[in-house]
Amino acid sequence: MPDIMNTVGIWLGAFFTFAIFSFLYKDNPFYKLAEQIFVGLSAGYGLIYIIYAALMPNLFTKLATDFGGNLILLIPFALGIMMITRMVPKIQWLSRYPLSIVIGTSAAISLLRFLKSDLIAQVAATMINPFATKVPSEIVGNLMLIIGTICGVYFFYFSKKQEGIAKIPSKIGVYFLMVSFGATFGYTVMARISLLIGRLEFLLKDWLHIIK
Amino acid sequence: MKRNIPLILAFLAGLLMIVSEFIPHRPFSNMVETLEEWFMIIAGFSIVLGLASLLQMNYQKISTKAENWGYHLACVIAFAVMVIIGALWGMEDQPGLLGQGEKIISWLGKKPFDYTYDNALVPLSATMFSLLAFFIASAAYRAFIIRTFESNLLMISAVIVILGRTGFGTMLTSWIPENYRFWQLPVLADFIMQYPNTAAQRAILISASLGIIGSSLRIILGIERSYLGGDK
Repeated sequence: MPDIMNTVGIWLGAFFTFAIFSFLYKDNPFYKLAEQIFVGLSAGYGLIYIIYAALMPNLFTKLATDFGGNLILLIPFALGIMMITRMVPKIQWLSRYPLSIVIGTSAAISLLRFLKSDLIAQVAATMINPFATKVPSEIVGNLMLIIGTICGVYFFYFSKKQEGIAKIPSKIGVYFLMVSFGATFGYTVMARISLLIGRLEFLLKDWLHIIK
Repeated sequence: MKRNIPLILAFLAGLLMIVSEFIPHRPFSNMVETLEEWFMIIAGFSIVLGLASLLQMNYQKISTKAENWGYHLACVIAFAVMVIIGALWGMEDQPGLLGQGEKIISWLGKKPFDYTYDNALVPLSATMFSLLAFFIASAAYRAFIIRTFESNLLMISAVIVILGRTGFGTMLTSWIPENYRFWQLPVLADFIMQYPNTAAQRAILISASLGIIGSSLRIILGIERSYLGGDK
């Protein structure tokens, strides 16, 4: 029986693959159906995942096994229920309390994380001796790293109008950003193409058994 | 009260997290652990809220028989199927209301939730994203039209990275002698990724982090309060 169900699963996957690819011709009922099923399944998956990965281990299991010892967990539980009151217009103001805790906590977490990993760490990583190596390409690369970072940051400085001589570092920053966007674009293309190859491989190998 | 207490709560929660970073000892460390646990629980409920909002929107379209309401019904049915099978038999190692579901596993080969995930959700999401490979081609055409020096730079770096990451690109420049191997496409692509790309990404990270730090401070200090909504 599992073999038959495996085949049914592959046919289901093939149907959904074709339904989505049919959009390349034009918007049609098959695509619309597959799109909505995708939204529904993703939402259902998200809900079940949150229940099993976050709510069960952190709340329900603890309350079920030792209710008396975990009475304090009733506070976040109540706050969680208050969050859902946002759906009821008359009492939606209640959701501000849990929301403020989430926002306050996540703002502090973001502040600390970005301060450490994205600001201090990145600035420190740029403070290098470009001539520490003997390899010419590495020296050029290190110089590019320093100049590109400084000019890039300068480009994002909007408090003063960049004109005259002050426009030069900004322009250099734009050049670095363009090279980076091009490289990112190239990487994105490669990632999408590899996904496409994966789907074609599924159709030709798993579904039709044309290739091995 | 409806606005001031939430502002105080946000300030205290934020302040506690920041203080604990600089004083990682009791009682702050314990308080932060508790707050992080609470954060996970409340954030879990906030996702439930988001999904409830999605269902409410679909219900409205179905009940008023709006245009294409049948597709919204399919969305709700797909959602219900995923939730019911997940609740009844669980996912991966997690048992559901009916336990691990050995009987149904012997029939399907795996849990119904995992079966639906593997055979419906994975093909749907992978195909949806692979569809972008076709649209990115038209985007590339528009982006790569050489109008300015900047767009020229964008095109050249994109082409080098794309070719440098493929066997074709390696083959194209494999004839270049070892002394000049820097000009071989894979080496050139690595150089672009390692130096100019890193420099620009670093500039973006530093600038964005300054913005995020500023807005986080505004939220904690109660200057930014748009998340509270209207005055009701």
